[in-house]
Amino acid sequence: MPEPSLSTLAAQLASKQISSRELAQAYLDRIATLNPAINAFITVDAEKTLLEAAAADALIAAGQAGPLTGVPIAHKDIFCTDGWLTTCGSKMLHNFVAPYDAHVIQRFKAAGMPSLGKTNMDEFAMGSSNETSYFGAVKNPWNPAYVPGGSSGGAAACVAARMAPAATGTDTGGSIRQPAALCGITGLKPTYGLVSRFGMIAFASSLDQAGPMAPSAEDCALLLNVMTGFDPNDSTSLDREKEDYTRDQDKPLAGLRVGLPREFFAEGLNNEVASAVEAAVTELKKLGATTVDISLANSQLAIPVYYVLAPAEASSNLSRFDGVRYGYRAPEYGNLDDMYSKTRAQGFGAEVKRRILIGAYVLSHGYYDAYYLQAQKIRRLIADDFSEAFKVCDVILGPTAPGTAFKLGEKSGDPVEMYLNDLYTIPANLAGLPGMSLPCGFDAQGLPIGLQLVGNYFSEAKMLNVAHQYQRATDWHMRLPPLGEASGVRGEG
Amino acid sequence: MKWETVIGLEVHTQLATKSKIFSGSSTAFGAAPNTQASAVDIALPGVLPVLNRGAVECAIKFGLAIGATLNRVNVFDRKSYFYPDLPKGYQISQLAKPIVEGGALNIVVGDTERTINLTRAHMEEDAGKSLHEDFHGMTGIDLNRAGTPLLEIVSEPEMRSSAEAVAYARALHTLVTWIGICDGNMQEGSFRVDANVSVRPAGQAELGTRREIKNLNSFRFLQQAIDYEVRWQIETLEDGGRIEQATVLFDPDRGETRMMRSKEEAHDYRYFPYPDLLPVKLDEEWIEAVRATLPELPVAMQARFQHDYGVSPYDAAVLTGSRALADYFETAAQACGQGKLAANWVMGELSAALNKAELDIAQSPVSAAHLGALIARIQDGTLSGKLARQVFEGLWEGAGEVDAIIEARGLKQMSDAGELEKIIDAVLAANPKSVEEFRSGKEKAFNALVGQVMKASRGKANPAQVNELMKTRLQ
Repeated sequence: MPEPSLSTLAAQLASKQISSRELAQAYLDRIATLNPAINAFITVDAEKTLLEAAAADALIAAGQAGPLTGVPIAHKDIFCTDGWLTTCGSKMLHNFVAPYDAHVIQRFKAAGMPSLGKTNMDEFAMGSSNETSYFGAVKNPWNPAYVPGGSSGGAAACVAARMAPAATGTDTGGSIRQPAALCGITGLKPTYGLVSRFGMIAFASSLDQAGPMAPSAEDCALLLNVMTGFDPNDSTSLDREKEDYTRDQDKPLAGLRVGLPREFFAEGLNNEVASAVEAAVTELKKLGATTVDISLANSQLAIPVYYVLAPAEASSNLSRFDGVRYGYRAPEYGNLDDMYSKTRAQGFGAEVKRRILIGAYVLSHGYYDAYYLQAQKIRRLIADDFSEAFKVCDVILGPTAPGTAFKLGEKSGDPVEMYLNDLYTIPANLAGLPGMSLPCGFDAQGLPIGLQLVGNYFSEAKMLNVAHQYQRATDWHMRLPPLGEASGVRGEG
Repeated sequence: MKWETVIGLEVHTQLATKSKIFSGSSTAFGAAPNTQASAVDIALPGVLPVLNRGAVECAIKFGLAIGATLNRVNVFDRKSYFYPDLPKGYQISQLAKPIVEGGALNIVVGDTERTINLTRAHMEEDAGKSLHEDFHGMTGIDLNRAGTPLLEIVSEPEMRSSAEAVAYARALHTLVTWIGICDGNMQEGSFRVDANVSVRPAGQAELGTRREIKNLNSFRFLQQAIDYEVRWQIETLEDGGRIEQATVLFDPDRGETRMMRSKEEAHDYRYFPYPDLLPVKLDEEWIEAVRATLPELPVAMQARFQHDYGVSPYDAAVLTGSRALADYFETAAQACGQGKLAANWVMGELSAALNKAELDIAQSPVSAAHLGALIARIQDGTLSGKLARQVFEGLWEGAGEVDAIIEARGLKQMSDAGELEKIIDAVLAANPKSVEEFRSGKEKAFNALVGQVMKASRGKANPAQVNELMKTRLQ
């Protein structure tokens, strides 16, 4: 079984030590062994994967390989993938085979990276535990009684269990970073607009952003190189010059100013998480960084603001799922209104319905100003806090989530308790800033702890530099979950 | 009690772009169902809209043409409601920040000219079509029209009669086709009118409760629907009833409006700014570039026609009823150098013939150049008015050039004094009684004699010359 670093895999493929087909087959075998217990994948199609791998091998043989050609990757089931079932974790799309590729999928295909399958997720990316998936909860590879986080829980779990060397995720309020933290991997949410949202099924359009999930920051940098780029099909896509996100990773951290927002180390933060994050700060200081005390006062309003804006956009984005043209339609109904209400009552799960109701309410006549407009104003204040902070620091550091993974079912009965899990991740989405999570320790139960970095707009290379230097000095990201002898995966090269 | 009618119109004009407002699909009319519906148009999961610059330019042109304010930053919103031919469950429209605000349009009703102010005009996408026939109790959905660009043009409630409403709608129709932003085809739904109608006691400042008549697709229906609605509202009020705000449909077969939905059933559209589309920014350079593509506008052309060709204000208004008509007139007028005569021919003989044949000016079998040549032959005395009509018939039939027809059909006016005198002498000799009558003071007898000369010349005699010669002879 292969070494998980993407650059190592790429080197082995380039030197023909292993073929893309062999590599893909090895991962498919591992998926066959582990996925029944973890449920990280909704769709696996070995035939399609191997065909794509064979095409990658042909590219390599022809000397037309790119940096990651032949390295397989798993895609969150939120990305439309031509010819693949694309469910978004919902009964509503349980039968939807996409007739086109999302821009992100196009880019990975163009890079010659075969798809290992479509990963499980909270329904329409709404959830922080992966328990809202119509296809069943994903189990945390570190302990299957615990949640992997969400909504990109399948992606995080499959990478943590090395069922895939890397995965795509999407992050609306923490959906890349929180599961990355809970599963002990590295995940990055880029600046809003850096990765095209075309073909990515919309949850909250002004917040959604796709990003890479992999064991290390170095891997994420390579994946980001593939994913980013202007797309005329997405009007919010930014037309900027291509960057190499690995370019700064080896720079020393001397002189780095790390901002520590006091609100992120206050009440509500688990002690073990706090200790691990503080230890990471110490580590960075050893590497030459200095710390600055900063305040993100308005971030305390991030959750209420988010739970006005995201449901508002979601209620509208999900209107197209009406049983008329594709997806689920109730088998029996009277008239048109009855078809709509039965289809949507049966096709959506409870959390999705809750958010549609909240969203429709805050946009309704007479409430719009009090909720939606007010939330937009506070959103601006939250972004302003960050702008102020970045005058005195280069990167903001804190915990990714207030705690480690929780037990399946523990919070699913209490939506507000669940929502609080995204307390530290949501502000970056509201401001459109890049954020990432990387492993920084374990709690007493052996569950991973995540460290969050938030950077200024377009400072991904800087964040990856900090993360890479930290990962050179530590080995948290190299640790593997105890999946038994059957795994046969080496965590280190 | 005396009542005053108050009318405001909302007109949906389909913009004449080749592709849809947010996708690359064709907007051509009449294709097989759903063959012009892309992934974006049918709202597949994950698709995103991309704004068509051409649609924005149409809106800019309109704003410039009516002297409106162009909002330098304007914003698209989502307008939510469920209907099977609305694929996304919301329509992309503009609510709070439309591209065009204000502006005005002049209308003429009878002898009165009025200015009607516009409230706004905003860009939006059309919905698809629901086909309720031919599917055995089911409804067919055709999404070819979904995403077709529209400009919704809203007037102030300043019209006071159905005639004014029709005049406004016609003036607007002329303008949008004139500046080329809409093909104006009402049968195909390119120009659809909603009328907001209310009545109030004459002299009352406060507006009455309005009802909105939806989707009127001809000027005749607009007039009929408003007339019916006004009668109905006045009768209801005079019978002690109340008007409830409502949306109604006009049934042309019964000539009645009927309730579609009451205020209580009205949708809450839950508008909010479109997060996938950036605000549309108009800079001066873009606006000026679009302005440079605008043709001369009807108002300016009317003034110029009066000045350059000496036509009356009324004629100038008629001649600028469409750009094609105005261009035709101007070409003919320039070809003959006779503006007034050209105006008479275009509005008289030509219009009558086109009406009779149910042809548009653009389809006229007689070209403007030919008509101009014909008028030139009247002017130089070659043709009398009567002969000219015969030549016109020849031109209509496609018999060739003006002079060739005159030659071939022998329609040249007889202006040779010698020849005419011979005929006059013969007529006078043959009608001694009339000559007697004229000499005894009966002026009518003179006309009878001239008529005889014309008849004898088979209409070719130059009437003015005959008059002259006859007078000399009878003195």
